[in-house]
Amino acid sequence: MHTSLWLTLLLLIPLVAAALIIGLRASDHLARVIGITAATLELALTVVVALAYRGSHAIGSGSTTVFDFTYRKVLAPSLGVAYDVGVDGISLFLLALTALVILLALVGANESRRTPAFVAWLLVLMTATIGAFATRDMLSFFLFFELTLIPSYFLIAGWGGAQRAAAALKFFVYTLFGSGFLLVGMVYIAVRHQHVFGGDLTFAMSALQQTPLSSGVATWIMIGFLVAFGIKSPIFPLHTWSPLAYAEAPIAGSMVLSALLAKLGTYGLIRFAVGLLPQSLDNVRPFVLTLAVIGILYGSALAAVSKELKRVVAYSSMAQVGFIVLGIFAGSQIATSGAVLLMFNHGVITAGLFLLIGGIERRRGTSTISALSGLQGPAPVLAALFTVVMLASIGLPGLSGFVSELLVLLGSFNAHPWWAVIATTGVIFAALYLLYAYQRVFHGEATGENASIPDATTAERWVLAPIIVLVVVLGVYPAPLLNKINPSTHAIVAHSTPQGVNR
Amino acid sequence: MIAKVAHLAMPSVHYLAIAPILALLGGSLILMFVTAMTRARVSAVVATSVTVVTAVSAFALSFFQWRDVSIHGSTTTMAHAIALDGFGVLASAAITLGVALTALVAHDWAHRAHVVGAEFHILVLASASGAMMMVQANDLIVIFLGLEILSIGLYVLVAFDRHRSGSAEAALKYFLLGGFASAIFIYGVALTYGGAGSTNLSSIAYFLAHNFILQPGVLVAGLGLMLVGFAFKVAAVPFHVWSPDVYEGAPSPVTGYMASIVKVGAFAAVLRVVFGALTTQSESWRPLVWGLVVLSTLVGAAVALVQRNIKRLLAYSSISQAGFMLLGLWSASPSGVAGTLYYVVTYLPVVIATFAVVTLVGGEGETSHDLDHYRGLARRQPLLGVALAVLLLSQAGAPFTTGFFAKFAVITSAVDGGGSWLAVIAMVAAAIGGFFYVRLVLSLYSDDEGAGVRVAVPRLTGAVIAIGSVSAVLFGVWPGPIANLAHHAYLLLP
Repeated sequence: MHTSLWLTLLLLIPLVAAALIIGLRASDHLARVIGITAATLELALTVVVALAYRGSHAIGSGSTTVFDFTYRKVLAPSLGVAYDVGVDGISLFLLALTALVILLALVGANESRRTPAFVAWLLVLMTATIGAFATRDMLSFFLFFELTLIPSYFLIAGWGGAQRAAAALKFFVYTLFGSGFLLVGMVYIAVRHQHVFGGDLTFAMSALQQTPLSSGVATWIMIGFLVAFGIKSPIFPLHTWSPLAYAEAPIAGSMVLSALLAKLGTYGLIRFAVGLLPQSLDNVRPFVLTLAVIGILYGSALAAVSKELKRVVAYSSMAQVGFIVLGIFAGSQIATSGAVLLMFNHGVITAGLFLLIGGIERRRGTSTISALSGLQGPAPVLAALFTVVMLASIGLPGLSGFVSELLVLLGSFNAHPWWAVIATTGVIFAALYLLYAYQRVFHGEATGENASIPDATTAERWVLAPIIVLVVVLGVYPAPLLNKINPSTHAIVAHSTPQGVNR
Repeated sequence: MIAKVAHLAMPSVHYLAIAPILALLGGSLILMFVTAMTRARVSAVVATSVTVVTAVSAFALSFFQWRDVSIHGSTTTMAHAIALDGFGVLASAAITLGVALTALVAHDWAHRAHVVGAEFHILVLASASGAMMMVQANDLIVIFLGLEILSIGLYVLVAFDRHRSGSAEAALKYFLLGGFASAIFIYGVALTYGGAGSTNLSSIAYFLAHNFILQPGVLVAGLGLMLVGFAFKVAAVPFHVWSPDVYEGAPSPVTGYMASIVKVGAFAAVLRVVFGALTTQSESWRPLVWGLVVLSTLVGAAVALVQRNIKRLLAYSSISQAGFMLLGLWSASPSGVAGTLYYVVTYLPVVIATFAVVTLVGGEGETSHDLDHYRGLARRQPLLGVALAVLLLSQAGAPFTTGFFAKFAVITSAVDGGGSWLAVIAMVAAAIGGFFYVRLVLSLYSDDEGAGVRVAVPRLTGAVIAIGSVSAVLFGVWPGPIANLAHHAYLLLP
């Protein structure tokens, strides 16, 4: 066990940095320096935490604790409010992902208008996201989960495209609506726990896990959780807010939405939907798996016909989320580990794609596919970078996307072959729509303004370097991550679907 | 239970129990006396200082009361008509805080609106003493007395802006409808007396606990009418129609005072009567409260969406908040009482501070209440903008604000009381509410300045705004102290 101070620092650093920026009335330059310093520090700390993390490796009995860096202090016993931190193999790499994506957003997708506010909101968002991932208490999770709404709302509404106000409101209202169900479901479990076991109200996950719920009640709560997390992820048919929000958000906003906030949704599904409500799984599994597969196919189809690069990535994200949900609900340890790994990999890849699209937008002022052509000629390095990240997204063997998708499909094939078979076609579709978009944008004759765009700058190359490195290294050697993910997914699967441990 | 009246005797009085009420009345009398005895108008500084000192000393007295309650437990005094219990102490302390904050806001407002003299403060102190009476009442007659003292003071306060016809119109409307509501309430009291044989809450509870009423028609009718009276006072749908007009017409500091103190008084009284005395009749009143909750939360939030005037918007928002507060009553449990108490106590500084901002932006003659006047406020005046954003987000129930934990407390109690679906409905309303709050917050940060101008922030009003917004965040991050107080603020009954 390690001290929880590391996690407390992770929560405090961005907040302090944001307060400094506001308090000092920092200039644009100073704000960026403070922001980047804080994010770098944060990334370094998350790496330290990831390296130092020791989950229990004693696989066998289902109750093995796999949380590390834990601390719990009850703040208001009557309300069940507690300060609670801790990470396990599932949240561990999402912390690093959060720090990385926000750092890249600060460096590579900076906004020149009102920079201090922009940086401060991103930092607040960092604390909120880290807070949601690094806790073992459901109320804490909920608070931070909700808190992410405010900075992301302001990022979209303040720095977005022409329809930013509509996009931000749609995003906000959808998510808030879902949270209501999450809150009531969560409170129900806690109240039930208090009735059965007595004592103060508590939202500690270890306690809520013990709550006896009938399968009917659990199913109702599960539906509420599915709505809440399904909107955030987004799962078909709750995705309708996302294309507008992804397309209208500033590049940093799109990065954060798809790479981080979507992961909050899928993380919630693993941790709370599957982790707390195993009684309901038999009832909802066919339904959720079907929605996941529809999401894969429907997202792919829409990505293929989208006329704008950001929307292509938005819909492709929806398809990828379909894979993640498939892995989470397949009831197989391999698939669950694959889903967790895919959450990390997809976060990295999609952040890279949005950064590259942001680069194209800066050069051409648009990301509409029909306005772009032959960019490969004037900008070969940009095209090469785009190719690598795109191929990882497609799931080319040897790059990171492949490993995680393979694990998901393998595990779900063991448990639920038919859904896995249909989902596999999604991999082919991904190749189709991404290559098609790539072909239209980078190949062909560079006409008009397209002919004179500058190639990737040194700064852009450096920003994308960590993404390329991660994509390649994790494609070849994912074991370091999987070794830490596996005990935690084992614990979840052993609790929720005991027969899934061996498949 | 027929009391034998052998001889007329003065009941024994536990003066500590009524000390804060006496303090407020005393402060009011001093100001009245000074006004009568001096030839010149009482200066605003004197009036405000007396009010604030009075409120602070009443607040200090509640510490002694709290200690008394923790040593001796809940007690009654004055022939069992006044209760001294943790619930009452906490609620009265909140009222004194509200008086002090309102006095500070009104001081700056009076200067700008050319209101002279101490009458405003006299009325605030007197009507607040009525609210405190309601909070501590253990007898329906005392509740009525408190309600009237509170209301009559308010009727005049609403009309205080004599230069504006809207103010007088609002006062008349409030007076007429309020009069009806009082009449309905007292009729309910009469029927309850007929049904349960007493106006004393303890006696009613005792009677109902030991007797089964075969034909409870009279009692249920009395209960229903009293509920209507309370619903009117807290502006619960469908008894809310007066509130947007009155909120709009009243001087803004008075609106803040109404939105906060009336809610504390009325909710404390309704909890004492309906949950405390008539707890055995919960099968009769819970469906009624259910309806009030659903209608208030949903209608309040939905109608607020289309408002263009900030005071009307806040009126509808406050209707929706009242629905949430009723959720704690519906739960009919100690945790529900604690939830509602927590809600009203934390709502008080937030709403007074919000209307303090409205007072400033509204300007002289209250002409700038359109939402356009708020566009870009945070760009022009970052601190004021941030404070208002925090206050609005707290009312929306954003995480890490007191508003969140207030909603959370009543939702938890409702789920505990078997009302998961009711809780879902309320949360849907909260999502609708979140929409207009956040839209307003966003317009504060708009680049386009709209019709807004820079407004001066006087020191005292600024302090109130700071207190409201800081308390919203401080106790939102650290909800322990107030939550524990509310949790341990037991009612005398049941």
